[in-house]
Amino acid sequence: MAGKLKIRVDQDKCQGHARCKSLAPELFDLDEFGNAHEVGDGTVPEGLEDKAYLAQSNCPEIAIEVTEE
Amino acid sequence: MSDSASIMPEHPPVTDWVNDFDHTDPKWTENPFPIWEELRAASPVVHTGRFLGCYMPTTYEAVKEIAYDTEHFSSRRVIVRDVRPDITARAPPITSDPPEHKPAKQLLLPPFTPDAMKKLEPRVRAICNELIDEFIADGKCDAAARYTKHIPVRAIAHMLGIPEKDGDLFIKWIHGILELGIKDDNALMEAVREMTGYFAAHIEQRKKNPTDDLITTLMKARDKEGNPLADEHVLGSLRLLLIAGIDTTWSAIGSSLWHLARTPADRERLVKEPELMPLAVEELLRAYSPVTMAREVMKETTVSGCPVKPGNMVLLSFPAANRDPSMFPDADKVVIDRKENRHAAFGLGIHRCVGSNLARMEMTVAIEEWLKRIPDFRLDPAGKVTWSEGTVRGPRQLPLLFGKTN
Repeated sequence: MAGKLKIRVDQDKCQGHARCKSLAPELFDLDEFGNAHEVGDGTVPEGLEDKAYLAQSNCPEIAIEVTEE
Repeated sequence: MSDSASIMPEHPPVTDWVNDFDHTDPKWTENPFPIWEELRAASPVVHTGRFLGCYMPTTYEAVKEIAYDTEHFSSRRVIVRDVRPDITARAPPITSDPPEHKPAKQLLLPPFTPDAMKKLEPRVRAICNELIDEFIADGKCDAAARYTKHIPVRAIAHMLGIPEKDGDLFIKWIHGILELGIKDDNALMEAVREMTGYFAAHIEQRKKNPTDDLITTLMKARDKEGNPLADEHVLGSLRLLLIAGIDTTWSAIGSSLWHLARTPADRERLVKEPELMPLAVEELLRAYSPVTMAREVMKETTVSGCPVKPGNMVLLSFPAANRDPSMFPDADKVVIDRKENRHAAFGLGIHRCVGSNLARMEMTVAIEEWLKRIPDFRLDPAGKVTWSEGTVRGPRQLPLLFGKTN
């Protein structure tokens, strides 16, 4: 069985396009300025793996890391 | 003709696009896509002697390099024009460089988050339906004049707390700044003067009677030392919100309807599968990005291996970047459910459009409400589609016929 996925938003790169929040609202939250961060510790719940990769591949600033634990 | 306009350089028709490009040439205005392809094939960065010297990056990669490089490229001038007068009317944060940029931008960000836009959405839906009520019985309309133009004007007026009926004034000023102003300095100065006077009066009113709107929010803002913003800063930011928030979204909604009028398959798919809307809006933003920005070269450097020299402007074409086939497969094709789409319609780097969430909401609502009430429509062969010139591209006349062809 494949390992769990983990996501992380690089705060230096994120510019608040909010594409991730729109595509995967379960995995990302926005702060008061509209900049994104991962929900909780970034662990991707089972069944949401595709959404994690979709958010990553639509971030214009290449700010989202997806790693397999 | 005004004195200032008479000393402006002529713009002879372009015959050599690679060495003498001109983004105000009628051919560019009508159909820029093959021109960008030609420029991209020639070099990642091209140059023209027009506009007192100007570069244009032609690839996604070169556009991105410049957008990220605030050391060599300044935002103090963000429109490529025939002249470079002294910088007087600033509009922070779009005309700001680091370190002034970040605090100025952070003031504007909270009122434009996706959550804040959700609160505005019902009013925008109502605006769209009020507009459609005015022309649907005619069976046709000029959608640029009767629909797409008014949605952003009324939405931003609503946010600022100024009368929605003042929209015609805003449209006049924006035309003076973004279109006439490229070649006519007097038209630009006159528009800026009128706009500044209008907002100064609204600021004075709120000093006596604070209201619950974006103008008051800006007036209440405090910098790190706890001082209120100077009136000049508040005025500059209001100028920016109006200039940047209207023409742009007007153009994006217009180009979307133009595409859907000519592409029944995409139209029918969106009617049947409304859940595709978020992907469709991003793809329409990519393929018909309205906004081209500018930078000024401050220090000599290279971009994608090409040397660039101070004294020149840069035409920062996010629309051309979004048509680069090395970044987007089938870049010249609208793929309404495109899955991977890192488009740069709202810019890249620190100057990401502050109103991007507003623009997306307005586009989504404007297309949804239109399709609900007018699912079938096409270009009116008796009319002519015309496009705006210069910095923001979108249809300015969009004659449409409603209903099925037979």
